[in-house]
Amino acid sequence: MTTPSVVPLPGPPPNDELELLLRLGDDRLVLGHRVSEWCGHAPILEEDIALANVALDLLGQATLFLRRAGEVEGKGRDEDALAYFREAVEFRNCLLVEQPNGDFAFTIARQFLFDVHAVVTLDVLSRSKNAKIAALAAKSLKEAKYHVRHSGEWMLKLGDGTDESHRRVQRALDELWRFTPELFVADGVAARLAVQGIAPDLPALRAQWETIVRDVVDRATLTLPHESMHSPHLRGGRSGMHSEHLGHMLAEMQIVARSHPGAKW
Amino acid sequence: MSDRPDATTPVGEQAAAIAPDGQWPVWEVFTQSAQGAPHEHAGSLHATDAEHALQNARDVYARRGEVISLWVVPSAAITASSPGDAGPFFDPGADKAYRHPQFYKVPRGVRGL
Repeated sequence: MTTPSVVPLPGPPPNDELELLLRLGDDRLVLGHRVSEWCGHAPILEEDIALANVALDLLGQATLFLRRAGEVEGKGRDEDALAYFREAVEFRNCLLVEQPNGDFAFTIARQFLFDVHAVVTLDVLSRSKNAKIAALAAKSLKEAKYHVRHSGEWMLKLGDGTDESHRRVQRALDELWRFTPELFVADGVAARLAVQGIAPDLPALRAQWETIVRDVVDRATLTLPHESMHSPHLRGGRSGMHSEHLGHMLAEMQIVARSHPGAKW
Repeated sequence: MSDRPDATTPVGEQAAAIAPDGQWPVWEVFTQSAQGAPHEHAGSLHATDAEHALQNARDVYARRGEVISLWVVPSAAITASSPGDAGPFFDPGADKAYRHPQFYKVPRGVRGL
């Protein structure tokens, strides 16, 4: 087997810490924005408030991670500059979080799969050798633990609810399952950071994630999709290759800031 | 009153009945703001079961950090006095001064009475 020779691109060496912070921040910014789209539309007032709270938590976490990313980058960009003035190809979020809300079951299933991932990864990150990242992760972990309680309860209610709720959440799980391998792919950045004790060894965390997911899915009388539902092609978010959905979402999210740069409330 | 849950039904199941208007059951929420302080009625909300009620109570009434403990109680489990009772139940006895303990001085240092 011959390996094609790779010509390194000119430019500065990759900044792994910056990449990690962008991944953490962008996952939360994009999902937070998606969840915020429910505001005023959730099926019942109490759930509307609950989802808005989750969205605000995620946006708060994104603010912290992106602010730190701006500091590490050292080019004078703050969290707002990173949120509102980057193009889709510069976003580092996973594909799972950018998928449109669909119905309530789809939103809950997406949230649940992400929340479990957030809890297992933030738990490791909270003991990172990078003290700043450890502190931000510890703060986020507390919120993530509540989020998974909320989304997990809904998985049980919908899965073990009516025929219709069961059918809808099972369909959501089947559709979303193919986006989950990306959460645990270790590319060069993730692998180097894992070796340095800064970030988790993602492939090793997958089993822990799946144990928690499987437990809830079983109790919800749902069926975990088969491995064959995985798609090796549905990844690329970490390197800026997104589905068309992200561009549409960003257009809406960024338009005010871009139309009125520097405007203050 | 025949649709009222039987007193022997567990509290959690009492609340599980969907109300005739199609809404989820109503729960009363009590919040405690500090160690030793009383749980005070904060309001009510809809939820399908006790855990759901706790989560909704957390989101609706306990988001801004002033709450350290929450109780949720199915509204159906509360027995309330009726407005018609107002006279006989709550006659303040203003003409019977001995009923009002304002002759006692509260010792300094006693708080929270």
